[in-house]
Amino acid sequence: MKGVGTILVVAALLAAVPLFGVSNVTLNFLVTALIIALAGQGWNVLGGYGGQYSFGHAAFFGTGAYVSAILQLRYGVNAWIAFAAGIGAGALAGAIIGGLSFRSGLRGSYFALVTLAFAEVLRILASVTPITGAGVGLLVKLDLRPEAFQFQSRVPFYWIILALVTVSLLIVRAIENSRFGAYLVAVRENEEAAKALGVNVIAVKLGAMVISAAIVAAAGGFYVQYFLFIDAGIAYGPWISIEALLAPIIGGVGTVFGPLLGALVVKVLGEAAKLVTGDAPGLDLMIYGGVLVLVIALAPRGIAGVVADLRARIVRRKPEAKPEQPTAGHHV
Amino acid sequence: MSDPVMLRVETISKRFGGLLAVDGASFDAQAGRITALIGPNGAGKTTLFSIISGFQPPTSGRVLFEGENIVGVPPHRLAQRGIARTFQIVQPFAGLTVRENIAVGAHLSQPRRADALAAADEIAARVGLADQLDKPAAGLTVAGRKRLELARALALKPRLLLLDEVLAGLNPSEVRDMVPVIRGLVDQGITVIMIEHIMHAVMNLAQHVLVLSEGRIIAGGTPSEIAGNPHVVEAYLGRGAAQRMLQAGAAYG
Ligand SMILES: Nc1ncnc2c1ncn2[C@@H]1O[C@H](COP(=O)(O)OP(=O)(O)OP(=O)(O)O)[C@@H](O)[C@H]1O
Ligand SMILES: [Mg+2]
Repeated sequence: MKGVGTILVVAALLAAVPLFGVSNVTLNFLVTALIIALAGQGWNVLGGYGGQYSFGHAAFFGTGAYVSAILQLRYGVNAWIAFAAGIGAGALAGAIIGGLSFRSGLRGSYFALVTLAFAEVLRILASVTPITGAGVGLLVKLDLRPEAFQFQSRVPFYWIILALVTVSLLIVRAIENSRFGAYLVAVRENEEAAKALGVNVIAVKLGAMVISAAIVAAAGGFYVQYFLFIDAGIAYGPWISIEALLAPIIGGVGTVFGPLLGALVVKVLGEAAKLVTGDAPGLDLMIYGGVLVLVIALAPRGIAGVVADLRARIVRRKPEAKPEQPTAGHHV
Repeated sequence: MSDPVMLRVETISKRFGGLLAVDGASFDAQAGRITALIGPNGAGKTTLFSIISGFQPPTSGRVLFEGENIVGVPPHRLAQRGIARTFQIVQPFAGLTVRENIAVGAHLSQPRRADALAAADEIAARVGLADQLDKPAAGLTVAGRKRLELARALALKPRLLLLDEVLAGLNPSEVRDMVPVIRGLVDQGITVIMIEHIMHAVMNLAQHVLVLSEGRIIAGGTPSEIAGNPHVVEAYLGRGAAQRMLQAGAAYG
């Protein structure tokens, strides 16, 4: 299938990185960037392809994280099974929030605000409810065995998050090449026209929301295994809602590689800011805001859009070059 | 009039606040023909199409499609059941190419992406868009957008096709190109209801003409009956219209 080769090559190249003996700091940087890439890819399914901009994807990140942590801590469930259950719970949360918002016809900024409200309500609930550890948060018991989804070294973690990101890339590529994907993009472009062409708009949005939420929940579940700690601010806080939308917007909304590219850029910027100014609170958000304004003003289609334009210019310059192959979606 | 009735509109009314946009309109559209719906601006023609295609609920009345009441059925279901519409104000998927636009419609019967794209190519050729397939819909001319509306609707393989002023905004030579395309639809087994202001096209295409005025059907008949009804024509299409229609009818035979 078209595009799959590129995804596998990129994944293989990234998988080889630890073989060159990179430092733990670098590896840690890459793992956190890939967590954002995964969450960003989840957001991209609904926001990039479906045009439904959520400001509250923390709702799914947090649900994936908490369900996994709680099942392990309070019910002694195996970590891998808890991780899978967290993904399922995230998908369910997506179905509930999506069902409520889309059925009542919320669109545009109303949808964005309602998703933000859901995430905030969950954050407040989690910060007062005993089962989520209330204000203290939850510490997952140290148990450094692969069966417990915990490892001595960061390398296996890196490979696992890379595998998850790769799966998300393949899922999005498959969506691009499917009827569901065509309907989703049609809904983004013009809901009335989509309806006239037999598209069940609510069902398509809901489907996208569930897939989107499940992917973001996987990022949350992985976060818990990696850091062995979660609290309300991390799980349901605005930081993850923002980074999950920032990565695809900077990298290129509605493209396969946009979220991965954007996540790397966002994290590099975040680290650079820390180096220059120390760890001043809120500074990263200010920088993100500035970058967002710049991207929207100068390159509304993100890095992927800039790359596509450059490529088109190069193709045009060669007189013997054939016209570009028709593509199903706009992917990098 | 022995053809079976494909669509029966029964005393449909539609109220927008204080405005009665459609006022107890009733008519039948026979299968396998082109029925034209004409009438002055604001008569309620587009509103009737919106009701038939499920985009708006009527305030009262019934719409029978092949004998079944379809009021309350959502638009995507009606599209699946064989009713396609075009929009008077064109509604392209602006960021997609012409091919991708048409493929959305083709997906109704083609689950696989490659098949839907191939079907799109074939339909584009039928409506004269074959050389624009890779163009973004946003870059099309008015005529191109009207063709795209028609192509997307055709991609659904409809049994009933509602065309809302697909000739409006086209120059005379573009109209001449489109007329045979529309006439060809009937040969493919599609029943057509068309809203149209361009009279010579109506005279040339329709077997049956309905006149809507202030939400009411005030006349119905063959094009020559309508054209020969000076009362209808003068009252609702303006002075001199009767003469113009007769001339147009004679010119096209
Ligand atoms: N959604 C709406 N809300 C309020 N009024 C409406 C709405 N849609 C249509 N109308 C009004 O209903 C009347 C009929 O409109 P409609 O668009 O059906 O006319 P039309 O016969 O298609 O006219 P035209 O030839 O100009 O397209 C007009 O007065 C219009 O302003
Ligand atoms: Mg109209």
